[in-house]
Amino acid sequence: MSCWDELDRFLLTDPRDVGCDEAIRLMHVYADLVLDHGSDRAATRYPGMAAHFRACGPCDEDLEGLLLAARG
Amino acid sequence: MTDPPDEETAEWLRCLGDGNPHRDETLERLQGLLLRAARAEVARRRGRHQLTGPELEDLGHHAAHDAMLAIVGKLGEFRGESRFTTWAYKFVVLEVSSKLGRHFWSRPTVTLDAAQWERLPDRFGADPEDHATATELVGAVRRAVSEELTDHQRRVFIALVVDGVPLDALASQLGSNRNALYKAMFDARRKLRAALVADGHIDARPVPTLGKRQGERRS
Repeated sequence: MSCWDELDRFLLTDPRDVGCDEAIRLMHVYADLVLDHGSDRAATRYPGMAAHFRACGPCDEDLEGLLLAARG
Repeated sequence: MTDPPDEETAEWLRCLGDGNPHRDETLERLQGLLLRAARAEVARRRGRHQLTGPELEDLGHHAAHDAMLAIVGKLGEFRGESRFTTWAYKFVVLEVSSKLGRHFWSRPTVTLDAAQWERLPDRFGADPEDHATATELVGAVRRAVSEELTDHQRRVFIALVVDGVPLDALASQLGSNRNALYKAMFDARRKLRAALVADGHIDARPVPTLGKRQGERRS
């Protein structure tokens, strides 16, 4: 993948993206869905959150941490 | 309508209730879980911060403590939409994130507005030998940033993308918050892409479809 492709991937925005506040508000619900039913089910149930986690490094990082903590 | 909580969640809520004879020991157990999670989270993020030894341990303790205060204060807001422990761990993960963001500025080499444009191609995986492409990419993005963005969007874009300042660190420095800066970046990304498409640097194409999380993370 060229640097132009990478740049394009980064610049692409998804209108379904819910933003950080909403993603953080429901992160625990989303995390349990991922843990119990897998990431596809979570993304289908909450497409706007999935779009956000794909684009927002910090929120995705927090979700990863939450999933690890919840797995124990 | 929310399903009734699972058995373990119901037990946590019962024991944490005012007047429950097991409340103190339950709070102590919760504190232990939060501290363990905070330590694991700080350790997981090593490489993205420069904390070591006692400083690292201290941050973990503070994160667990502050998470505990938040959880106790917001217990009445827990709606049973997830397991109690998942809800509780969220607080500690967010505390670690926020504290590491503030710590970023204690590094002596970090300044805002450094505008390290020469590093931009590397951030998007450019071939270090391909100077022509790197020069073209920097020129095109720099021109679009200058012509298309508002002053605020420009400042946020340069700090986050060109200088590599973490979002939470920038929010802390500007007295803003993650959501507001993300929104500024979201609008900036949309404008820049439209400008680069109009210039013929990148192709127009539809928004990608959703897929699995694995392998799709942006650094």
